[in-house]
Amino acid sequence: MRFVDEYRDAGTAKALAARITALCEPGRAYKFMEVCGGHTHTIYKHGLEDYLPEAVTLVHGPGCPVCVIPMGRVDDAIHIASQPDVIMTSFGDMMRVPGGNGSFLDAKARGADIRMVYSPLDALKIAKQNPSKRVVFMAIGFETTAPSTAMTVLRAKADGVDNFSVFCNHVTIIPAIKAILDSPDLRLDGFIGPGHVSTVIGCRPYRFIARDYGKPIVVAGFEPLDILQSVHQLLTQLAQGRCEVENQYARVVPWDGNPKALAAINEVMELRPHFEWRGLGFISQSALRMSAAYARHDAERIFRIPGGRVADPTSCQCGEVLKGVLKPWECKVFGTACTPETPIGTCMVSSEGACAAYYNFGRFSRERVKEATRQ
Amino acid sequence: MCLGIPGEIVEILNDRPDLAMVAVSGVRRAINIGLLEDETVAPGDWILIHVGFALSKIDETEAKAALDFLESIGQAYDDEIAALRESMIEQG
Repeated sequence: MRFVDEYRDAGTAKALAARITALCEPGRAYKFMEVCGGHTHTIYKHGLEDYLPEAVTLVHGPGCPVCVIPMGRVDDAIHIASQPDVIMTSFGDMMRVPGGNGSFLDAKARGADIRMVYSPLDALKIAKQNPSKRVVFMAIGFETTAPSTAMTVLRAKADGVDNFSVFCNHVTIIPAIKAILDSPDLRLDGFIGPGHVSTVIGCRPYRFIARDYGKPIVVAGFEPLDILQSVHQLLTQLAQGRCEVENQYARVVPWDGNPKALAAINEVMELRPHFEWRGLGFISQSALRMSAAYARHDAERIFRIPGGRVADPTSCQCGEVLKGVLKPWECKVFGTACTPETPIGTCMVSSEGACAAYYNFGRFSRERVKEATRQ
Repeated sequence: MCLGIPGEIVEILNDRPDLAMVAVSGVRRAINIGLLEDETVAPGDWILIHVGFALSKIDETEAKAALDFLESIGQAYDDEIAALRESMIEQG
């Protein structure tokens, strides 16, 4: 209870928790998936699971962009970084993600010029400052970061920065949710929808979840009360026999998203026929690549990409964690061989990964862990 | 990387209408405002920033609540601000 008690709105949270408990049908268990890694972070940091009745389980989803990058793509990026005159750039989260042949940090130690940037615009700036180098931005992320990559490519084209290219690994959230709904491993009662992705795509794309699968979804903000409020809304829908898309985060997320951001993505990128997700396997039309009109800025057309597939280490169960089938602490190597300092799997790398979040915060709820392990 | 960070617009750059100087937790940096749909921004307005781009305009109450929350999560936010501090987005 430590983090909840520290939270400024502990009183409101307790009242909300009581209303959540009252909504649970006796004898029924509820499983809700929070799709977004940011939500996972909040849940563990604030000990929200301790607030919920035992009948409600929160299951962590695949919405951690770093976590879903397959090892083969990391190897491909390192291959590009090892070519002559290349400066590879990416977000800080990417630096420690293990590939089959080590991480960016390992490649850097071997002499590759790999730099951490805050924004793709920083990578563009590096390209302008180093006209004799080929500067590649390893783009990762869902629809939250894809518009930034697209806008940067548009700027590169406008300014004629021909030594700037993108190794595009952007993924889209809807096919991942659909893959989870189609998976036989997991039966869910509803979804806590991602907040910032929805700022871009809006709420309409989620309607199939209610219409075709009969599950409610509530797009949620990132504060502890937002998440508790969303659980309350999900349970209210179920109690009333409704399945709808609701927007708990309307103060930030417009129903129609950000059309300008979507237009930028559509201008610069197109859907790939299929893309491999770590843990989820190949999902059709689930990722973006640069469209032909921007070939000049497409690292996959400029460089020869090995495109090898690398199986995850057998000890690593990130796949099950990403699908919500396993809780982080149920993985064989969690907290022993796999820690944030020496991650085996991607879920332990990013602060949004379920394993890293649980490792850093969840362990304070010792009793709960013991309970969970006994079950 | 996925954190949306609230920032306050300090100055719109005359020669680059797609950029604004924004104050984020005491750090002043150029942020791209080209994705704000049909919304005009002026000094004193708050925006939600992702990797150097404003994705939405928010009100001051939401900005303050979001900042309180981000400051409470610790390391992940500190890392994001440290990365922003290193950022060199600028005109040209």
